Amino acid sequence: MYDIKHEAKGLVTHGNSACAGCGLELIMRKTMEVVGPDTIIVIPPGCAAMFSGFGKEGGLKIAGCQMNLENTAACASGIRAALNAQGNTHTTVLGFAGDGGTLDIGLQSLSGMFERGDRVMYVCYDNEAYMNTGVQGSSATPASASTTTTPGGKTSQKKDLMMIAMAHRIPYAATASLQNLNDLKKKLEKAKNANGPSLVHVHTPCPTGWRFNPALSIELARAAVRTGAWILYEYENGKITINNKLTELAEIDTYIGKQGRFKHLNAEQKTELGKQIKDNYFTYTSMLERMSIH
Amino acid sequence: MEKQQEQPMKMLKKRNVLGPVATDFTAANTGNWRIERPEVDYSRCSKCRTCERYCPTNVIEIRPDDQECVYINFDYCKGCGICTNVCPRQCIQLIPEVR
Amino acid sequence: MAYVMLDGNMAAAEAIKLARVKVISAYPITPQSSVPEMLADFVNEGKMDAQYVRVESEHSALSVATTAAMAGSRAATATASNGLALMHEVLGMTAGNRVPIVMPVVNRGIAAPWTLWCEHGDSMCERDMGWLQFYSQNVQEILDLILMAYRVCEDARVLLPAMVCLDGFFLSHSMQKVDVPDQTLVDEFIGEFKNKNTYLDPNDPMFLCDLTGNEEYTEMRYQQKVALDAVPKVVEEVFAEFNKKFGRSYKIVEGYQTEDADAVLVALGSMCGTAKYVVNKMRKEGKKVGLVKVTMFRPFPLSHIKKAIGNAPVVGVFDRSTGLGSLGGPVWNEVAAAMRRSNCEIYPYIGGIGGRDVTVENLEGIFNELLDLKDGKKAENTTWFDLKGNPMEIRQVYQNV
Repeated sequence: MYDIKHEAKGLVTHGNSACAGCGLELIMRKTMEVVGPDTIIVIPPGCAAMFSGFGKEGGLKIAGCQMNLENTAACASGIRAALNAQGNTHTTVLGFAGDGGTLDIGLQSLSGMFERGDRVMYVCYDNEAYMNTGVQGSSATPASASTTTTPGGKTSQKKDLMMIAMAHRIPYAATASLQNLNDLKKKLEKAKNANGPSLVHVHTPCPTGWRFNPALSIELARAAVRTGAWILYEYENGKITINNKLTELAEIDTYIGKQGRFKHLNAEQKTELGKQIKDNYFTYTSMLERMSIH
Repeated sequence: MEKQQEQPMKMLKKRNVLGPVATDFTAANTGNWRIERPEVDYSRCSKCRTCERYCPTNVIEIRPDDQECVYINFDYCKGCGICTNVCPRQCIQLIPEVR
Repeated sequence: MAYVMLDGNMAAAEAIKLARVKVISAYPITPQSSVPEMLADFVNEGKMDAQYVRVESEHSALSVATTAAMAGSRAATATASNGLALMHEVLGMTAGNRVPIVMPVVNRGIAAPWTLWCEHGDSMCERDMGWLQFYSQNVQEILDLILMAYRVCEDARVLLPAMVCLDGFFLSHSMQKVDVPDQTLVDEFIGEFKNKNTYLDPNDPMFLCDLTGNEEYTEMRYQQKVALDAVPKVVEEVFAEFNKKFGRSYKIVEGYQTEDADAVLVALGSMCGTAKYVVNKMRKEGKKVGLVKVTMFRPFPLSHIKKAIGNAPVVGVFDRSTGLGSLGGPVWNEVAAAMRRSNCEIYPYIGGIGGRDVTVENLEGIFNELLDLKDGKKAENTTWFDLKGNPMEIRQVYQNV
């Protein structure tokens, strides 16, 4: 067991080297509040690995391991299988990975875990690029966003993780945001209690990678939802619920205008991007509504 | 700067383990990072706990009975300013850090 | 104890069942596929009380087995060829985290060129990943070596994973008479699985495999080296106990007719059966040849090899993999390094790859060449001894541009 060198209010250290204003740090805390100590976590290399620790110093009070970038879901499955073999049904097995480790290199093992129906709770903190290696574009990077490997702005759209998850007909999947912590925690709770694989895909503002003032992390999470850039919905036993049904969307500039990753866009391009995001919000939500009629 | 809390572990026997493993629960002194610090106007605080809930480092504690009702552990506060931004009464602001 | 007819894959599956593995992760690949098939049947028929995780790749197969063992259950998977190559990254995780898994590897070459057939190139590529490697001569050895590998790997002095290698098709699909030991005896021999080092347990939490700095990395690698150094002694103890319990004797390196030999051949795997036949045949003709059969290749058993080779003046090393770009095959490299202070000449032989049979004629040719080299009748050896025709002119295409 851990030698507790420093006290902490919860299961997560207070002094963690996540950047100031890091959205992931808050997600990790809220996740730990929900799952509690009877949990085994799998974290791949990436920003969340700061919570794995360095040398003998760890940042979490729970059991866990840091395996490869592409096998978070498979490693979680292995732990679940061992617990099943031991008759342990109470321990939560949690995969906690970023967008690169989930939507890119980890997608295959995630799909395998979903398809087998292994009881694993999976949280994807989506900061929309490979932040830990220095802001390289991922398949979760939104269109037009500039990263070190998409310096002129990404030309393709963001990959849709929820649709992939739903295609596996897992018991529970949801998108979430830091804008509403009660909603986030409620979804984490449902994911924890799901009778099979579950996914919580959390939009994760990253001051370093998105290039904004760290004080604005929550404001931008909120703006993403209000502008329709991030759509909050749940898929629960086949039923879809849109959590933020909006008739009118906030001005796109309240979201993209505050981020350096969209700074290269001129006024016209920004308007065009705003239009795309708006159109997508309404077509996507109406598609979700049609999908939820069974 | 407040002194970091250090609590000795109850005296269990230690054994050697092989390979990479984190065995200590520790905290880095992230308070050192700060170039600005949050300052609270306690008179305007409604004790709504929004700052407490949104602090990424979980170092804010509302102490409703105290006059200085917003306690911030500056050992770890990185000075990100999220509290200043989420406060509905805007009663927290960042001021330059002096050491 | 009962004699039954089993092929190599069936023997591997039988050994995994006898070891009371609790988590099986399975992904098919030729020629390993019947291993996961049989394990699925065992679980389905209630002959085995295990979780069967049907994964989507070999990468996940080893990931599942590794973390299942970290979480406290004996776990197994099996693979071959490109599947083992896909596992490469995870092999390091298993060994570096000191997870004692035993994995049958059905040897098959790695593409390209695509081949379905036997070659040691797949496991030889992984020889430096910190796993133990055993090579089987026949089907009985597969079963026995897997059982013994569990004991070795789970020994507190070792705590490392092992590959038990079996030649694709030559062993995996060859039916042989096998003595399958009683479950009770195997239970006594292997015992219950228990994590002796680190583990994943919510009641005793620790975080495995976090980032290691340069002030500790070398030391952790050294810990692995120390464990590998301890292996030969542990293996000898386990072999001796196995012999006592099950009546079959094993050696890390077996010298066969080597004491007075003018020429010896170092080999591993199924070809050792043929090689022993050839040695017997040539001895009858008055030719003093011998075989050094390497059962454990990793860790490389230096003193055992030196002892088995003895004073033989010429040594041939038969690699069933190419060691492309190297001075010779991987086994030759190691033997040459081991014998560097001896007076013998060590010649590399590369063949039997991509499923090409290693014939009596091949081996007789090699032995005769080694004797000629010893007598000065030849100056150079034929490293690629089983080439056919002109390898540079085996395919022609019409040029359309």
